[in-house]
Amino acid sequence: MATTEVVMAGFGGQGMLLAGKVLAQASLHLGKEVSWLPSYGPEMRGGTANVIVRISSQPIGSPVVESPRGLIVMNLPSLEKFAPRVQAGGVIVVNSSLVERDPQRKDCVVLQVPARELAQQAGTEKAANFVMLGAYVGATEVVLPEAIEVAIEEEFTGDKEKFILTNITAFRSGLDEARKGLQGSPS
Amino acid sequence: MKVLMKGNEALGEAAIRAGCVHFFGYPITPQTEVPEYLVKRLPQVGGKFVQAESEIAAINMVFGAAGVGVKCMTSSSSPGISLMAEGISYIAACELPCVIVNIMRAGPGLGGILPSQSDYLQATKGHGHGDYQLIVLAPSTVQEAVDLMILAFELAERYRNPVMVCADGMIGQMMEPVEFPGAGRGEPLKDNDWALTGCEGRPRRIVNSLYLTPEVLHEHNIKLKRKYDMIADREKRWEVYGGSDSFDLLLVAFGTMARICKTAVDELKEEGLRVGLFRPITLNPFPLEACREAMDGVVADGPVLTVEMSMGQLVQDVKLAAEGSRTVELYGTAGGIVPSPDQVAERVRVLLGKEVRSTIDVPANPEWLPVCEQAQADGVPCNEAGRDCEICERSYARLRNRRTPPADYP
Repeated sequence: MATTEVVMAGFGGQGMLLAGKVLAQASLHLGKEVSWLPSYGPEMRGGTANVIVRISSQPIGSPVVESPRGLIVMNLPSLEKFAPRVQAGGVIVVNSSLVERDPQRKDCVVLQVPARELAQQAGTEKAANFVMLGAYVGATEVVLPEAIEVAIEEEFTGDKEKFILTNITAFRSGLDEARKGLQGSPS
Repeated sequence: MKVLMKGNEALGEAAIRAGCVHFFGYPITPQTEVPEYLVKRLPQVGGKFVQAESEIAAINMVFGAAGVGVKCMTSSSSPGISLMAEGISYIAACELPCVIVNIMRAGPGLGGILPSQSDYLQATKGHGHGDYQLIVLAPSTVQEAVDLMILAFELAERYRNPVMVCADGMIGQMMEPVEFPGAGRGEPLKDNDWALTGCEGRPRRIVNSLYLTPEVLHEHNIKLKRKYDMIADREKRWEVYGGSDSFDLLLVAFGTMARICKTAVDELKEEGLRVGLFRPITLNPFPLEACREAMDGVVADGPVLTVEMSMGQLVQDVKLAAEGSRTVELYGTAGGIVPSPDQVAERVRVLLGKEVRSTIDVPANPEWLPVCEQAQADGVPCNEAGRDCEICERSYARLRNRRTPPADYP
């Protein structure tokens, strides 16, 4: 594998930075080089927050990228900001529970994922971030899904251990959604 | 085993592995994770953490702790480092070992909280008053931040001099896999026969920076100078990247900017352009000779391009290394803007007279673009003066090609 990257963006509090960390951790377990670079402006809950995760088999030079190969967006401002920048042939995962607009990128694989509904089915709508991560991993196969599950288990320790099952369930529902959504698509 | 860690936290852990037992500091973005990490971690290894009432107090606490011979440090970001200037001068004058971390943010003044390299001159040339120097180390990855942090404590001890680890908000905030040497807390200072440890049963020692007799102060300065010369002789560190020693163009950059340049170098290589990168790791002492040697590998008339997140600081040392032997161009950004590899590559293509091919949005500042001699002479770029000029045309083609969203995009 050469280098790939994904921008994960949403409102602060929607868990994109955490989902990005889990993706980075999973990639590290698989022996990949990885960088996790958050936006760290004067952001706060309700503001926008994003992270760019780069994964490579080579040491990573620049952690910043103008045109990412992948994009996960939880809200409309993030879609507007990042969708036009995604490379042709890239993957865009859109949270259709919150974003009705189409990214208008016929040259990309676009997945509309009802993240909130799927997360609710998994136990709590707070797990929408892992539904989205699941859809991205399902669409790109960038890492083994099992590695993500291990990383989720490592991330939620102590008091938070009780969230592991819900988050893994949410992640798997995202995976399934992507596999279903991609069936019959030209890719 | 490699663990995924934020740069700031990795710096904290590295300090402990190096044997640091005292931290004094005051919170400021984007370095606050350093104290945040150490306030939890230091008590676990028998160390002490103090949040001071100000940066001025913090550096003077470091002064005191260093004076009694314990491994200690502080960390801050640009405005806080400015406040520490006086204390750092005192510590250097008294020849005490300590480590200062500066996670640079954009200035001047309060500036912003995003990454910057605009404290280069402050760190390397003019911080506090008087004839003193810091050893300044600039990591470009989180792993290197760990390695240089450990080196910083070694050098501080060896030369009894303050050492600054100079990174920026990006290195501080990003996560990368890192590996730490050793396990648990490192060793205390080995040699402390100068430290104020209580003089019962031995002659008293004095840690002082006040010398009112000119001859004595002169002698003290000569001694310091000898030490700085010795450091310059032994401790210069750098990296040349590009897989060859013959280049069409040489980039010079440090820290965050250097790793971005590496990606640009790789990109340009695929187009058949031989671009090298010279990366100083010690900003002071600056590896002038090695930089000159890398420049000499550039083809005749081949340009040197300094890339920095400041408006012309590193370029001064690069020009010093060039000694007028070739053109040194500057690509500088400010305000916390981190150029992408594509933007660096674009600048290289312009300088090498290659077709401008990408359509990337860059800050439109015509002053940074190369223009022809005529345009320089009368201050009017040819395309504005209605003159036909290939050099100016190439420069401005980039601006015209700036990316605009597709018309049908909502």
